[in-house]
Amino acid sequence: MANWKKITRRSFMVLGAAVVGGAAFGVYKVTEVPPNPLIPTPGSVPLNPWVIINADGVTVIAPRAEMGQGISTTLAALVAEELDVDWAQVRVLHGPPAQAYFNAGFAERMSNEPDFKLASQPKSHNVVLEAVPKIFLLQITGGSTGAIGGYEQMRLAGASAREALKAAAAKRLGVTSDQLKTEGGRVIGARSFAYAELAEEAASLVPSDVQLRDPSIWRYIGKAMPRLDMAAKSTGTAQFGIDTWLPGMKFATVRMNPKRGGTMRSFDPKPALAVAGVERVIDLGTGIAVVANNTWSAMQGAALVAVDWGPADYPADTAAMLDTIAKAFADEPNSRLRDDGDVEVDLAKGDVIEAEYRIPFLAHAAMEPLNATAWLKPDGTLEVWCGNQAPIMTRDACAAAVGLGGDKVTLHTPMMGGGFGGRTDPVPAVLAARVAKEFVGTPVKLTYSREEDLAQDYYRPAAIARLTGRIEGGKATALWGRTAVPSAARNALGRLMGFAPPGPDRGSVEGGFDQPYGLPNYRYDGHLSDLTVPLGFWRSVGNSMNAFFLESFIDEMAHAAAADPLTFRLDLMRETHAPSAAVLQKVREMSGWDSLKRPGFGRGVAFCYSFGTPVAQVLEVEQTPDGIRMTRAWIACDPGLAMDPSIIEAQMTGAMVYGLSAAAQGAITFADQQVVESNFYDYEPLRLHQVPAFEVAILQNNGEFGHIGGVGEPGTPPAAPALANALFDLTGKRARDLPLRAAFDFVT
Amino acid sequence: MPVTLNINGSVQSVNLPPDVPLLWALRDGLGMTGTKFGCGVAACGACTVMIDGEAVRSCQVALGDATGQITTIEGLGQPDNLAPIQAAWIKHQVAQCGYCQSGQIMQAAALLAANPAPSDQDIDDAMQGNLCRCGTYPRIRAAILEAADMMKAG
Ligand code: FES
Ligand code: FES
Repeated sequence: MANWKKITRRSFMVLGAAVVGGAAFGVYKVTEVPPNPLIPTPGSVPLNPWVIINADGVTVIAPRAEMGQGISTTLAALVAEELDVDWAQVRVLHGPPAQAYFNAGFAERMSNEPDFKLASQPKSHNVVLEAVPKIFLLQITGGSTGAIGGYEQMRLAGASAREALKAAAAKRLGVTSDQLKTEGGRVIGARSFAYAELAEEAASLVPSDVQLRDPSIWRYIGKAMPRLDMAAKSTGTAQFGIDTWLPGMKFATVRMNPKRGGTMRSFDPKPALAVAGVERVIDLGTGIAVVANNTWSAMQGAALVAVDWGPADYPADTAAMLDTIAKAFADEPNSRLRDDGDVEVDLAKGDVIEAEYRIPFLAHAAMEPLNATAWLKPDGTLEVWCGNQAPIMTRDACAAAVGLGGDKVTLHTPMMGGGFGGRTDPVPAVLAARVAKEFVGTPVKLTYSREEDLAQDYYRPAAIARLTGRIEGGKATALWGRTAVPSAARNALGRLMGFAPPGPDRGSVEGGFDQPYGLPNYRYDGHLSDLTVPLGFWRSVGNSMNAFFLESFIDEMAHAAAADPLTFRLDLMRETHAPSAAVLQKVREMSGWDSLKRPGFGRGVAFCYSFGTPVAQVLEVEQTPDGIRMTRAWIACDPGLAMDPSIIEAQMTGAMVYGLSAAAQGAITFADQQVVESNFYDYEPLRLHQVPAFEVAILQNNGEFGHIGGVGEPGTPPAAPALANALFDLTGKRARDLPLRAAFDFVT
Repeated sequence: MPVTLNINGSVQSVNLPPDVPLLWALRDGLGMTGTKFGCGVAACGACTVMIDGEAVRSCQVALGDATGQITTIEGLGQPDNLAPIQAAWIKHQVAQCGYCQSGQIMQAAALLAANPAPSDQDIDDAMQGNLCRCGTYPRIRAAILEAADMMKAG
C-alpha cells in the first residue's frame, strides 16, 4: 500500500484539482444529491471514489476499509478494468473520512423484505433507500456491502478518468476522443502518451460521454486477481494500526470498568508507578490509562492498579441474563416479518414438534487487539491512527473528546488485523485522544491487552429461540419460530448515534424470517429483551443466531418426517427460489451426499440466504479415538456476479471457520457482572489441525445480471447448524445449546 | 543499561529493562513492527521469531535472555527479495487480514528448516500453536507443501 500521508503532503486534497506530482480525478458532486452526471438515473446518489495518476502508476482510493476481506483489491480491479492499466501499475489507499465515501451498498440492507426477493428487482426499486446512508453518514465498512456499493461507482471513476485522459490527448493531437484508444496505461493515437503525461491536463476536463465496458470484454472483473496487499502481508511490511510508530512516542494501555457502564469509585496508582518504565497513571473516569516507555510495562502496571469498580446495571451472571432474555417471550413480539398462511390453525391440528435453542454471547476477538495512536500537537490539531469501520464517526468522536472541531482532526485508517464487526465503536481512538491530551506534543500509542480486548468488546447477543412445527404425510405444513434476544442494533446505534431505530428490528430475526422456504404456514416473531449488556455487530449479525435455530429445527422436522434432510430442504425451496435450490443441489453433488455414508462418519447440511447470497454447506465429522474431528466441508454459494473467485473462496472458507469456531467452542460468559473469559486459552478459536478440508463452488445465477451478493459474512451462518446436524447424524444426539463442546468431545 | 541483541545479522541495542519481553523490545524499542502481539501468553503464535533457527514465542523471552541469533520476519525476506516460503505464501494468496501471517511464516520456515518434507501430520503438529482468526488454514497448509517442493527443486 502506498502511504496516504505522502500523497497529502504533495498537496492533494482538493477534489478534481490538479496536484503536484500527481492528478486526482473527482468528477463527482459531494454535498448535493443531483443525478449522477455520468449516468443520469434519477435519484441515484453519486459517490466519490478517487483515482490518482502519477509517474508511479495509478492509485485508487478505496472507500471501504481493508480488514482482510480483500475489498481493496476488488475495488481497485473495478477501476483498473475501465482505466486500461496493467495490474502491476495499480496501488490502493483507504480514503480519509469524507462524505464522498458513503456506503451506497447499505441501502440493500435497510429493507424488511427477505433478501432473496430483492435480488431480482430492478435497481430503481431501491433508489429512495440509497439516500439513507448519506443521512446517517455511513462511511461504514460492514454488512458485506463493499463490493455492492463499489461496483458502479468504482467503474465510473475508472471510465471517467480514462475519457478525461483521452480528451487531453485528443486536444494535443487535434483529433476527437473517439479516434483514440487506451492500453496498458497509455492513450494511443498518431502518437502515444503515458497517462502520467496527460494527468494534470486531464484533471481539469469533465468528459461528457462516458460508457462503461461491456462485460464480455472484462479482463479483471470475474478473475482471481493477485491481492495488492499480499506481498506486504507476507513480509511483515504491512502497516496495521498497532504498527504505528513515531519518533519519541509513548506507549499506553487502558483498564476500563469490566462491569460495563459502571463508575470507578477509587484507584491506587502506586503499584503501577513502581514498575520500571511506567511514567504515569491517568484517571479516565470509568477506568485508567497507564503510560510507559514500552507497552509491556504499561500492561504490567495496569494489571497492578487496585481499583474499586462501581456496578453495572445488568444481572450478575449468564444464567440470570438468560432468565431475563426468556422473559421477553411473554411480551408482544416486536416484529412479525413473516406470516404466511395461518400457523395457528395448522398447529392446532395437533401432533406438533417443538424445540428450544440457546446460544451464548460471543466476542469478535480479531487477531489484532484494539488499539489507536493519537498525537495532539501544540498548534491545536490532532492526528489519529486507528483501524476502524466508520471513519467519520470516529473522527468526530475524537474531536469531541478533546474539545476540538472535526476539521482539526486528521484520522488515518490503517489496515486492520481483522474486524468482523468489532471495529465500529470509536472507543479506542477516543481513549487514545484523551491520553494524548495529557501529553501535548508527544504521540501516544494505546494498545489493549488481549484480556482488555475481550472484556471491553461489544458482544454478539445471547439468545433463546422456541420453534414449533408440524409434519403431515412426510411434509412440513407449518413452522412458527420465535426468537428472544436483546437487539444489537438498538443497543449499538443508541450508543453510537444516540438514537435507537424504532419499528421492527430486522437484525433480531434475520436468518429466520427471510429464508426461501415455501412452507404453506410460516411465521417468524422477534421478541426484544431489554437486557443492557453492551452489544455490537458480529460477522453476519442476526443470521449467526437464527440460521442456527431455523436450520437445526428444519433438520429436526426432516427427521420427524423420516426424510433425507437435504431433499427435505430442496422440496421446500425448489418452487420458491431456484438459485437457492441450486446451491443445495450443488453441495449435494460435491459432497457425494447420495452415495453411502462412510461408517464412523456423520454428515450435516445447512443453508442460509444472507447479504444477497445463498450459501449451502455440508460438513462431515468423524468419531476418532481422540475425539470428534471435522474432516471435510463443501460450500456452494451464489453471489450473483462473482467479482473475484479467489477472494470469494477465501471468504467462504474463512467465514465458515469463524462460524465453526464459535459453534464448537465459543462462549462469552459473565460472573459478578464481568466477562469470565480472558484470553485465547479460554476463548479459543479453532486451530489448523481442527479444521476440515474445504471445497468451494461459486454459482452465478442469483438475481439479474449485475446483482452482487456479499461474500464476507454469508459463509458464517450455516456453519453452526451444519456442525450440530452432523453431530446428530453421527451420534443420534441433538444438541440445542451452543457451544457444542458442552455436549461433545472434539479433537483438541 | 542498554541490552545488546543480534537481530537479522546485525547488532542492535535497546534501552529497556531486561525483563521486558523480546516482542516489545522489537516493536516498541526498535520499531520493528513485523512481529505481532496477539495474546502475550504463548497462546496465539503471532509473535513467533527464530532464535538460533528455532521458532520461539517472543512474548515469552525476556530481553535479557535473548542471547542467540534472532531472525524476524524482516530478516527472512523482503518484497523484492522473497524467501521461498514467502513466495509460496504469495502464490497461494494465503493472507486475509494478514495479522497472524508473520508468525505463521516464521513457524513454517522453522518447520521446513528442520523437516524439508513434512507430512500433513507434521504440519498439524508444528502449526497448531499459531492461531488465524481469519481461517486461512487450508491455504497455509497448501503453501507449506508448495514451499517444500520449491526448496526441493532448489
Ligand atoms: S503474542 Fe506471543 S503467542 Fe500470542
Ligand atoms: S490472516 Fe487474519 S488472523 Fe490470520
